[in-house]
Amino acid sequence: MEKAGFEQSKVNLPLWLLAEVSYRCPLHCVYCYNPIDYASYGEEMSTEDWLRVLRQGRELGATQLGFSGGEPLMRSDLEILVAEARRLGYYSNLITSGVGLDERRIAAFKEGGLDHIQVSFQDSTREMNDFLSSTRTFDLKQKVARLVKKYDYPMVLNVVLHKLNIDHVQQILEMAEQLEAEYVELANTQYYGWAWLNRDKLLPSRDQLQRAEEITNNFRQHAANRMKIYFVVPDYYETRPKPCMSGWGAVFLCITADGVALPCHSARMLPGLNFPSVRDHDLRWIWHDSPAFNTYRGDAWMKEPCRSCPEKVKDYGGCRCQAYLMTGDAANADPVCDKSPLHGLVTDAVERAAKRERDSAKPQVKRAADALLFRDDANSLRLADANKQPSA
Amino acid sequence: MPLNDDTIFEIAHHYRFQWEPAQQLHVLLYPEGMVQLPGSSGEILKRVNGAARVGEIVADLERAFPGADLRGDVIEFLENAHGKGWIRTKQG
Ligand code: SF4
Ligand code: SF4
Repeated sequence: MEKAGFEQSKVNLPLWLLAEVSYRCPLHCVYCYNPIDYASYGEEMSTEDWLRVLRQGRELGATQLGFSGGEPLMRSDLEILVAEARRLGYYSNLITSGVGLDERRIAAFKEGGLDHIQVSFQDSTREMNDFLSSTRTFDLKQKVARLVKKYDYPMVLNVVLHKLNIDHVQQILEMAEQLEAEYVELANTQYYGWAWLNRDKLLPSRDQLQRAEEITNNFRQHAANRMKIYFVVPDYYETRPKPCMSGWGAVFLCITADGVALPCHSARMLPGLNFPSVRDHDLRWIWHDSPAFNTYRGDAWMKEPCRSCPEKVKDYGGCRCQAYLMTGDAANADPVCDKSPLHGLVTDAVERAAKRERDSAKPQVKRAADALLFRDDANSLRLADANKQPSA
Repeated sequence: MPLNDDTIFEIAHHYRFQWEPAQQLHVLLYPEGMVQLPGSSGEILKRVNGAARVGEIVADLERAFPGADLRGDVIEFLENAHGKGWIRTKQG
Protein backbone atom coordinates (compact mmCIF):
# COMPACT_ATOMS: atom_id res chain seq x y z
CA MET A 1 0.00 0.00 0.00
CA GLU A 2 1.34 3.38 -0.91
CA LYS A 3 0.48 6.43 1.05
CA ALA A 4 -2.91 7.61 0.01
CA GLY A 5 -3.19 10.04 -2.85
CA PHE A 6 -4.25 10.62 -6.35
CA GLU A 7 -1.15 10.81 -8.48
CA GLN A 8 -1.13 13.11 -11.48
CA SER A 9 -4.72 14.05 -10.98
CA LYS A 10 -5.75 17.26 -12.70
CA VAL A 11 -9.27 16.44 -13.73
CA ASN A 12 -12.13 17.96 -11.85
CA LEU A 13 -14.04 14.77 -11.11
CA PRO A 14 -15.32 13.43 -7.80
CA LEU A 15 -12.76 10.63 -7.80
CA TRP A 16 -13.37 9.97 -4.14
CA LEU A 17 -16.88 9.22 -2.98
CA LEU A 18 -17.49 8.90 0.74
CA ALA A 19 -20.75 7.28 1.77
CA GLU A 20 -21.52 8.11 5.40
CA VAL A 21 -24.26 5.54 5.37
CA SER A 22 -25.37 5.87 8.97
CA TYR A 23 -24.80 8.21 11.86
CA ARG A 24 -25.79 5.49 14.28
CA CYS A 25 -22.79 4.36 16.24
CA PRO A 26 -22.32 2.15 19.27
CA LEU A 27 -19.39 4.29 20.39
CA HIS A 28 -19.26 7.82 21.77
CA CYS A 29 -15.87 9.20 20.85
CA VAL A 30 -15.07 12.64 22.14
CA TYR A 31 -12.99 13.35 19.00
CA CYS A 32 -15.66 12.28 16.52
CA TYR A 33 -15.69 14.59 13.49
CA ASN A 34 -19.37 13.93 12.83
CA PRO A 35 -21.64 16.97 12.91
CA ILE A 36 -22.68 17.79 16.46
CA ASP A 37 -26.37 18.00 15.51
CA TYR A 38 -26.43 14.66 13.62
CA ALA A 39 -29.25 13.28 15.78
CA SER A 40 -31.63 15.95 14.49
CA TYR A 41 -31.22 15.00 10.82
CA GLY A 42 -33.91 13.35 8.74
CA GLU A 43 -34.29 9.67 8.07
CA GLU A 44 -31.50 7.55 6.68
CA MET A 45 -31.67 6.87 2.98
CA SER A 46 -33.10 3.65 1.64
CA THR A 47 -31.10 0.93 -0.09
CA GLU A 48 -32.54 2.11 -3.41
CA ASP A 49 -31.34 5.67 -2.74
CA TRP A 50 -27.82 4.44 -2.08
CA LEU A 51 -27.76 2.19 -5.13
CA ARG A 52 -28.73 5.21 -7.24
CA VAL A 53 -25.98 7.31 -5.64
CA LEU A 54 -23.40 4.61 -6.35
CA ARG A 55 -24.47 4.36 -9.98
CA GLN A 56 -24.46 8.11 -10.53
CA GLY A 57 -21.14 8.51 -8.76
CA ARG A 58 -19.51 5.92 -10.94
CA GLU A 59 -20.89 7.57 -14.07
CA LEU A 60 -19.36 10.83 -12.91
CA GLY A 61 -15.98 9.12 -12.61
CA ALA A 62 -15.68 8.19 -8.93
CA THR A 63 -13.19 5.36 -8.40
CA GLN A 64 -12.55 5.21 -4.67
CA LEU A 65 -15.53 4.55 -2.47
CA GLY A 66 -15.49 4.74 1.30
CA PHE A 67 -18.23 3.30 3.47
CA SER A 68 -18.17 5.15 6.73
CA GLY A 69 -20.44 6.84 9.25
CA GLY A 70 -21.12 6.68 12.18
CA GLU A 71 -20.61 2.98 12.12
CA PRO A 72 -21.38 1.68 8.63
CA LEU A 73 -21.99 -1.82 9.99
CA MET A 74 -25.17 -0.47 11.55
CA ARG A 75 -26.70 -0.76 8.07
CA SER A 76 -27.96 -4.27 7.49
CA ASP A 77 -27.91 -3.67 3.72
CA LEU A 78 -24.20 -2.93 3.58
CA GLU A 79 -23.60 -6.29 1.88
CA ILE A 80 -25.89 -5.24 -0.96
CA LEU A 81 -24.11 -1.90 -1.38
CA VAL A 82 -20.68 -3.56 -1.31
CA ALA A 83 -21.62 -6.01 -4.04
CA GLU A 84 -23.07 -3.27 -6.23
CA ALA A 85 -19.96 -1.16 -5.70
CA ARG A 86 -17.77 -3.97 -7.00
CA ARG A 87 -20.03 -4.60 -9.94
CA LEU A 88 -19.80 -0.92 -10.88
CA GLY A 89 -16.01 -0.95 -10.69
CA TYR A 90 -15.32 0.98 -7.49
CA TYR A 91 -12.37 0.28 -5.29
CA SER A 92 -14.21 0.06 -2.00
CA ASN A 93 -13.04 0.70 1.53
CA LEU A 94 -14.86 -0.10 4.73
CA ILE A 95 -13.98 2.29 7.53
CA THR A 96 -15.18 0.70 10.73
CA SER A 97 -14.66 0.54 14.47
CA GLY A 98 -14.99 -3.22 14.13
CA VAL A 99 -17.96 -3.34 16.48
CA GLY A 100 -20.49 -5.58 14.76
CA LEU A 101 -18.03 -7.27 12.42
CA ASP A 102 -18.52 -11.01 12.56
CA GLU A 103 -17.59 -13.87 10.31
CA ARG A 104 -20.90 -13.98 8.50
CA ARG A 105 -20.64 -10.34 7.50
CA ILE A 106 -16.99 -10.28 6.52
CA ALA A 107 -17.46 -13.42 4.44
CA ALA A 108 -20.29 -11.66 2.60
CA PHE A 109 -18.16 -8.55 2.07
CA LYS A 110 -15.35 -10.64 0.64
CA GLU A 111 -17.75 -12.50 -1.60
CA GLY A 112 -19.30 -9.22 -2.72
CA GLY A 113 -15.88 -7.83 -3.62
CA LEU A 114 -15.03 -5.37 -0.86
CA ASP A 115 -11.42 -4.34 -1.50
CA HIS A 116 -10.20 -2.97 1.76
CA ILE A 117 -10.95 -2.61 5.45
CA GLN A 118 -9.62 0.03 7.79
CA VAL A 119 -10.20 -0.65 11.44
CA SER A 120 -10.23 2.33 13.75
CA PHE A 121 -9.75 1.32 17.29
CA GLN A 122 -11.51 3.79 19.48
CA ASP A 123 -10.30 4.48 22.93
CA SER A 124 -12.20 7.39 24.30
CA THR A 125 -15.45 5.70 24.98
CA ARG A 126 -16.92 6.25 28.38
CA GLU A 127 -14.50 3.60 29.59
CA MET A 128 -11.53 5.62 28.46
CA ASN A 129 -9.30 4.23 31.17
CA ASP A 130 -9.94 0.75 29.92
CA PHE A 131 -8.51 1.36 26.51
CA LEU A 132 -5.12 -0.20 27.05
CA SER A 133 -5.89 -2.51 29.91
CA SER A 134 -9.34 -3.94 29.37
CA THR A 135 -9.25 -7.54 28.22
CA ARG A 136 -12.76 -7.22 26.91
CA THR A 137 -11.86 -4.57 24.37
CA PHE A 138 -8.60 -6.31 23.56
CA ASP A 139 -10.52 -9.50 22.83
CA LEU A 140 -12.76 -7.62 20.43
CA LYS A 141 -9.74 -6.11 18.70
CA GLN A 142 -8.09 -9.48 18.44
CA LYS A 143 -11.20 -11.08 17.03
CA VAL A 144 -11.55 -8.35 14.42
CA ALA A 145 -7.87 -8.53 13.51
CA ARG A 146 -8.10 -12.29 13.09
CA LEU A 147 -11.14 -12.04 10.82
CA VAL A 148 -9.54 -9.34 8.71
CA LYS A 149 -6.49 -11.51 8.13
CA LYS A 150 -8.42 -14.69 7.60
CA TYR A 151 -10.28 -13.02 4.77
CA ASP A 152 -7.07 -11.85 3.19
CA TYR A 153 -7.32 -8.14 3.85
CA PRO A 154 -4.29 -6.20 4.93
CA MET A 155 -4.65 -5.32 8.60
CA VAL A 156 -4.86 -1.53 8.61
CA LEU A 157 -5.21 0.01 12.00
CA ASN A 158 -6.12 3.60 12.63
CA VAL A 159 -5.75 5.16 16.05
CA VAL A 160 -6.79 8.73 16.70
CA LEU A 161 -4.35 10.47 19.01
CA HIS A 162 -5.09 13.24 21.46
CA LYS A 163 -3.88 14.66 24.73
CA LEU A 164 -5.32 11.86 26.83
CA ASN A 165 -3.83 8.91 24.97
CA ILE A 166 -0.79 10.28 23.17
CA ASP A 167 1.49 9.50 26.10
CA HIS A 168 0.63 5.83 25.59
CA VAL A 169 1.92 5.63 22.04
CA GLN A 170 4.40 2.94 22.98
CA GLN A 171 1.62 0.71 24.35
CA ILE A 172 -0.60 1.49 21.40
CA LEU A 173 2.13 0.40 19.01
CA GLU A 174 2.82 -2.72 21.03
CA MET A 175 -0.85 -3.57 20.86
CA ALA A 176 -0.80 -3.04 17.10
CA GLU A 177 2.18 -5.37 16.87
CA GLN A 178 0.42 -8.03 18.92
CA LEU A 179 -2.51 -7.76 16.55
CA GLU A 180 -0.07 -8.19 13.66
CA ALA A 181 -1.18 -4.97 12.00
CA GLU A 182 0.57 -4.33 8.72
CA TYR A 183 -0.20 -0.63 8.60
CA VAL A 184 -0.76 1.68 11.52
CA GLU A 185 -1.95 5.20 11.16
CA LEU A 186 -1.48 7.32 14.24
CA ALA A 187 -3.62 10.23 13.25
CA ASN A 188 -3.81 13.21 15.52
CA THR A 189 -7.31 14.48 16.06
CA GLN A 190 -8.61 16.99 13.58
CA TYR A 191 -10.71 19.61 15.24
CA TYR A 192 -14.16 19.49 13.71
CA GLY A 193 -17.52 18.41 15.06
CA TRP A 194 -17.25 16.90 18.51
CA ALA A 195 -13.49 17.24 18.53
CA TRP A 196 -13.91 20.98 18.08
CA LEU A 197 -16.17 21.18 21.12
CA ASN A 198 -13.60 19.24 23.15
CA ARG A 199 -10.57 20.84 21.58
CA ASP A 200 -8.92 22.39 24.58
CA LYS A 201 -9.05 19.09 26.39
CA LEU A 202 -7.78 17.11 23.41
CA LEU A 203 -5.00 19.16 21.85
CA PRO A 204 -1.67 17.69 22.96
CA SER A 205 1.19 19.94 23.95
CA ARG A 206 4.24 20.31 21.75
CA ASP A 207 6.26 18.29 24.26
CA GLN A 208 3.78 15.45 24.21
CA LEU A 209 3.85 15.50 20.45
CA GLN A 210 7.61 15.41 20.25
CA ARG A 211 7.85 12.53 22.69
CA ALA A 212 5.24 10.59 20.76
CA GLU A 213 7.05 11.16 17.48
CA GLU A 214 10.31 10.03 18.97
CA ILE A 215 8.77 6.85 20.32
CA THR A 216 7.14 6.25 16.98
CA ASN A 217 10.42 6.67 15.13
CA ASN A 218 12.16 4.20 17.42
CA PHE A 219 9.35 1.73 17.03
CA ARG A 220 9.51 2.15 13.27
CA GLN A 221 13.05 0.82 13.24
CA HIS A 222 12.16 -2.01 15.55
CA ALA A 223 9.18 -3.06 13.41
CA ALA A 224 10.65 -2.06 10.09
CA ASN A 225 9.65 -5.01 7.95
CA ARG A 226 6.52 -6.08 9.70
CA MET A 227 4.60 -2.90 10.27
CA LYS A 228 4.42 0.39 8.43
CA ILE A 229 3.65 3.33 10.67
CA TYR A 230 2.28 6.69 9.64
CA PHE A 231 2.21 9.57 12.06
CA VAL A 232 -0.05 12.48 11.25
CA VAL A 233 0.79 15.68 13.15
CA PRO A 234 -2.05 18.00 14.16
CA ASP A 235 -2.00 20.95 11.82
CA TYR A 236 -2.12 23.38 14.73
CA TYR A 237 1.62 22.77 15.00
CA GLU A 238 2.29 23.69 11.40
CA THR A 239 2.75 27.09 9.80
CA ARG A 240 1.05 26.18 6.53
CA PRO A 241 -2.40 24.68 6.24
CA LYS A 242 -3.15 21.31 4.72
CA PRO A 243 -4.47 21.35 1.15
CA CYS A 244 -7.85 20.38 2.49
CA MET A 245 -9.62 17.83 0.25
CA SER A 246 -7.23 18.95 -2.53
CA GLY A 247 -9.49 21.95 -2.85
CA TRP A 248 -13.23 22.50 -2.55
CA GLY A 249 -15.20 20.45 -5.06
CA ALA A 250 -12.00 19.17 -6.65
CA VAL A 251 -11.91 15.39 -6.04
CA PHE A 252 -13.97 14.64 -2.95
CA LEU A 253 -17.70 14.11 -2.62
CA CYS A 254 -19.36 13.10 0.63
CA ILE A 255 -22.94 11.89 0.92
CA THR A 256 -24.45 11.89 4.39
CA ALA A 257 -26.76 9.29 5.90
CA ASP A 258 -29.77 11.47 5.13
CA GLY A 259 -28.65 12.23 1.59
CA VAL A 260 -26.98 15.63 1.76
CA ALA A 261 -24.07 16.08 -0.64
CA LEU A 262 -20.98 17.80 0.77
CA PRO A 263 -17.52 18.71 -0.54
CA CYS A 264 -15.99 17.54 2.76
CA HIS A 265 -17.27 15.71 5.84
CA SER A 266 -17.67 18.74 8.04
CA ALA A 267 -18.88 21.40 5.59
CA ARG A 268 -22.51 21.00 6.58
CA MET A 269 -22.16 23.48 9.46
CA LEU A 270 -20.96 26.28 7.17
CA PRO A 271 -23.68 28.94 7.08
CA GLY A 272 -25.61 30.02 4.02
CA LEU A 273 -24.62 27.24 1.64
CA ASN A 274 -27.74 25.14 1.27
CA PHE A 275 -26.15 21.84 0.38
CA PRO A 276 -28.26 19.88 -2.08
CA SER A 277 -29.75 16.49 -1.32
CA VAL A 278 -29.36 13.45 -3.55
CA ARG A 279 -33.03 12.86 -2.86
CA ASP A 280 -33.86 15.91 -4.98
CA HIS A 281 -31.03 16.19 -7.48
CA ASP A 282 -28.73 13.96 -9.47
CA LEU A 283 -25.05 13.89 -8.66
CA ARG A 284 -23.99 15.41 -11.95
CA TRP A 285 -25.90 18.60 -11.28
CA ILE A 286 -24.82 18.63 -7.66
CA TRP A 287 -21.14 18.26 -8.48
CA HIS A 288 -20.86 20.49 -11.52
CA ASP A 289 -23.65 23.03 -11.21
CA SER A 290 -24.97 23.41 -7.69
CA PRO A 291 -24.15 26.79 -6.14
CA ALA A 292 -22.84 25.15 -2.95
CA PHE A 293 -20.20 23.09 -4.78
CA ASN A 294 -19.05 26.15 -6.71
CA THR A 295 -18.85 28.56 -3.80
CA TYR A 296 -15.20 27.92 -2.93
CA ARG A 297 -14.02 26.29 -6.14
CA GLY A 298 -10.99 27.83 -7.79
CA ASP A 299 -9.67 31.00 -6.16
CA ALA A 300 -12.05 33.82 -7.09
CA TRP A 301 -13.58 33.71 -3.59
CA MET A 302 -10.26 34.26 -1.84
CA LYS A 303 -9.39 37.25 0.27
CA GLU A 304 -5.98 38.51 1.22
CA PRO A 305 -3.47 37.20 2.11
CA CYS A 306 -4.41 34.15 0.00
CA ARG A 307 -5.55 36.03 -3.09
CA SER A 308 -2.10 37.31 -3.96
CA CYS A 309 -0.16 34.44 -2.40
CA PRO A 310 1.91 32.25 -4.72
CA GLU A 311 1.25 29.24 -2.50
CA LYS A 312 -2.48 29.23 -3.15
CA VAL A 313 -2.03 26.67 -5.90
CA LYS A 314 -0.52 24.30 -3.35
CA ASP A 315 -2.83 24.59 -0.34
CA TYR A 316 -5.94 26.36 -1.74
CA GLY A 317 -5.93 28.58 1.32
CA GLY A 318 -6.35 25.56 3.60
CA CYS A 319 -9.56 24.35 5.16
CA ARG A 320 -12.80 26.34 4.83
CA CYS A 321 -14.29 24.68 7.88
CA GLN A 322 -11.31 25.50 10.03
CA ALA A 323 -11.34 29.07 8.75
CA TYR A 324 -15.01 29.36 9.66
CA LEU A 325 -14.80 27.68 13.05
CA MET A 326 -11.86 29.79 14.18
CA THR A 327 -12.30 33.11 12.42
CA GLY A 328 -16.04 33.18 11.72
CA ASP A 329 -15.58 33.53 7.96
CA ALA A 330 -15.04 30.52 5.73
CA ALA A 331 -13.42 32.72 3.05
CA ASN A 332 -10.59 33.75 5.31
CA ALA A 333 -7.21 32.06 5.11
CA ASP A 334 -7.03 28.95 7.27
CA PRO A 335 -5.55 30.46 10.45
CA VAL A 336 -3.03 27.62 10.66
CA CYS A 337 -1.13 29.67 8.07
CA ASP A 338 1.31 32.04 9.71
CA LYS A 339 0.64 34.60 6.99
CA SER A 340 -2.91 34.88 8.29
CA PRO A 341 -3.42 37.95 10.48
CA LEU A 342 -5.48 35.62 12.69
CA HIS A 343 -2.78 32.97 13.13
CA GLY A 344 -2.71 34.01 16.80
CA LEU A 345 -5.94 32.02 17.29
CA VAL A 346 -3.96 28.87 16.61
CA THR A 347 -0.89 29.79 18.63
CA ASP A 348 -3.17 30.73 21.53
CA ALA A 349 -4.72 27.27 21.48
CA VAL A 350 -1.26 25.74 21.39
CA GLU A 351 -0.15 27.93 24.28
CA ARG A 352 -3.18 26.86 26.31
CA ALA A 353 -2.30 23.23 25.61
CA ALA A 354 1.21 23.80 26.96
CA LYS A 355 -0.16 25.53 30.02
CA ARG A 356 -2.56 22.71 30.72
CA GLU A 357 0.35 20.33 30.73
CA ARG A 358 2.36 22.54 33.08
CA ASP A 359 -0.64 22.77 35.37
CA SER A 360 -1.00 19.07 35.76
CA ALA A 361 2.13 17.00 36.05
CA LYS A 362 0.25 14.02 34.72
CA PRO A 363 -2.62 14.04 32.25
CA GLN A 364 -5.53 13.87 34.64
CA VAL A 365 -7.69 11.57 32.68
CA LYS A 366 -10.39 11.47 35.25
CA ARG A 367 -10.69 15.17 35.84
CA ALA A 368 -10.54 15.98 32.16
CA ALA A 369 -13.11 13.30 31.39
CA ASP A 370 -15.61 15.02 33.63
CA ALA A 371 -15.65 17.96 31.31
CA LEU A 372 -15.51 16.14 27.99
CA LEU A 373 -18.56 16.11 25.79
CA PHE A 374 -19.31 12.63 24.48
CA ARG A 375 -20.83 12.10 21.08
CA ASP A 376 -24.23 10.62 21.72
CA ASP A 377 -27.81 11.23 20.70
CA ALA A 378 -28.83 13.08 23.84
CA ASN A 379 -25.96 15.55 23.63
CA SER A 380 -26.50 15.93 19.91
CA LEU A 381 -30.18 16.76 20.29
CA ARG A 382 -29.43 19.21 23.03
CA LEU A 383 -26.82 20.94 20.88
CA ALA A 384 -29.12 20.99 17.87
CA ASP A 385 -31.79 22.52 20.06
CA ALA A 386 -29.51 25.25 21.29
CA ASN A 387 -29.18 25.86 17.55
CA LYS A 388 -25.85 27.51 17.72
CA GLN A 389 -22.30 26.30 17.68
CA PRO A 390 -20.98 26.77 21.19
CA SER A 391 -17.45 28.02 21.00
CA ALA A 392 -14.76 25.75 22.33
CA MET B 1 15.80 -7.15 -9.19
CA PRO B 2 17.01 -9.10 -12.20
CA LEU B 3 14.54 -8.51 -14.99
CA ASN B 4 14.92 -10.40 -18.26
CA ASP B 5 12.86 -11.42 -21.24
CA ASP B 6 11.50 -14.44 -19.39
CA THR B 7 10.30 -12.59 -16.32
CA ILE B 8 6.57 -12.84 -15.73
CA PHE B 9 4.82 -10.08 -13.83
CA GLU B 10 1.36 -9.81 -12.39
CA ILE B 11 -0.55 -6.91 -10.85
CA ALA B 12 0.28 -6.77 -7.15
CA HIS B 13 -2.09 -8.10 -4.52
CA HIS B 14 -4.71 -5.55 -3.43
CA TYR B 15 -4.16 -3.45 -6.56
CA ARG B 16 -6.66 -3.25 -9.35
CA PHE B 17 -5.97 -2.16 -12.91
CA GLN B 18 -8.87 -0.97 -15.02
CA TRP B 19 -10.05 1.31 -17.80
CA GLU B 20 -11.85 4.46 -16.67
CA PRO B 21 -14.39 5.69 -19.23
CA ALA B 22 -14.90 9.02 -17.43
CA GLN B 23 -11.20 9.82 -17.60
CA GLN B 24 -10.47 8.03 -20.87
CA LEU B 25 -7.41 6.32 -19.45
CA HIS B 26 -6.25 3.29 -17.49
CA VAL B 27 -5.84 3.54 -13.75
CA LEU B 28 -4.35 1.48 -10.99
CA LEU B 29 -6.42 1.51 -7.83
CA TYR B 30 -5.12 0.66 -4.40
CA PRO B 31 -6.21 1.38 -0.84
CA GLU B 32 -7.12 5.05 -0.69
CA GLY B 33 -5.38 6.00 -3.88
CA MET B 34 -5.18 5.90 -7.63
CA VAL B 35 -2.45 6.19 -10.22
CA GLN B 36 -3.46 7.44 -13.63
CA LEU B 37 -1.76 5.64 -16.49
CA PRO B 38 -2.35 7.50 -19.72
CA GLY B 39 -1.18 6.29 -23.10
CA SER B 40 1.74 3.91 -23.27
CA SER B 41 1.95 3.25 -19.54
CA GLY B 42 -1.61 1.92 -19.61
CA GLU B 43 -0.85 -0.11 -22.74
CA ILE B 44 2.08 -1.77 -21.00
CA LEU B 45 0.27 -2.58 -17.76
CA LYS B 46 -2.68 -3.91 -19.71
CA ARG B 47 -0.40 -6.69 -20.90
CA VAL B 48 0.85 -7.56 -17.42
CA ASN B 49 -1.40 -10.50 -16.67
CA GLY B 50 0.58 -13.12 -14.82
CA ALA B 51 1.15 -15.11 -18.01
CA ALA B 52 2.98 -12.98 -20.59
CA ARG B 53 6.78 -12.85 -20.42
CA VAL B 54 8.51 -9.49 -20.67
CA GLY B 55 9.84 -10.44 -24.11
CA GLU B 56 6.33 -11.21 -25.28
CA ILE B 57 5.00 -7.92 -23.94
CA VAL B 58 7.68 -6.02 -25.86
CA ALA B 59 6.98 -7.94 -29.05
CA ASP B 60 3.23 -7.47 -28.70
CA LEU B 61 3.60 -3.72 -28.18
CA GLU B 62 5.92 -3.42 -31.16
CA ARG B 63 3.29 -5.16 -33.26
CA ALA B 64 0.58 -2.83 -31.97
CA PHE B 65 2.70 0.31 -32.45
CA PRO B 66 4.89 -0.51 -35.46
CA GLY B 67 7.97 1.46 -36.22
CA ALA B 68 8.81 2.31 -32.61
CA ASP B 69 11.71 0.86 -30.68
CA LEU B 70 9.97 0.26 -27.39
CA ARG B 71 12.15 -2.21 -25.55
CA GLY B 72 14.03 0.34 -23.47
CA ASP B 73 10.88 2.21 -22.47
CA VAL B 74 8.99 -0.93 -21.55
CA ILE B 75 11.80 -2.31 -19.39
CA GLU B 76 12.24 1.02 -17.67
CA PHE B 77 8.53 1.31 -16.96
CA LEU B 78 8.28 -2.23 -15.60
CA GLU B 79 11.28 -1.73 -13.34
CA ASN B 80 9.78 1.45 -12.04
CA ALA B 81 6.36 -0.16 -11.54
CA HIS B 82 7.98 -3.05 -9.69
CA GLY B 83 9.92 -0.64 -7.52
CA LYS B 84 6.69 1.11 -6.59
CA GLY B 85 5.02 -2.17 -5.72
CA TRP B 86 2.38 -2.00 -8.46
CA ILE B 87 3.44 -5.32 -9.97
CA ARG B 88 5.24 -8.37 -8.67
CA THR B 89 7.03 -11.26 -10.27
CA LYS B 90 5.01 -14.36 -10.67
CA GLN B 91 6.53 -17.35 -8.92
CA GLY B 92 6.85 -20.78 -10.50
S1 SF4 C 1 -15.39 8.58 15.74
FE1 SF4 C 1 -16.27 7.19 17.29
S2 SF4 C 1 -18.30 7.97 17.73
FE2 SF4 C 1 -17.63 8.93 15.81
S3 SF4 C 1 -18.44 7.60 14.22
FE3 SF4 C 1 -16.36 6.91 14.65
S4 SF4 C 1 -16.60 5.28 16.18
FE4 SF4 C 1 -18.52 6.43 16.13
S1 SF4 D 1 -1.72 32.92 2.63
FE1 SF4 D 1 -3.35 31.53 1.99
S2 SF4 D 1 -2.62 30.63 0.07
FE2 SF4 D 1 -0.84 31.59 1.08
S3 SF4 D 1 0.13 29.93 2.22
FE3 SF4 D 1 -1.29 30.96 3.63
S4 SF4 D 1 -3.22 29.83 3.44
FE4 SF4 D 1 -1.94 29.24 1.69
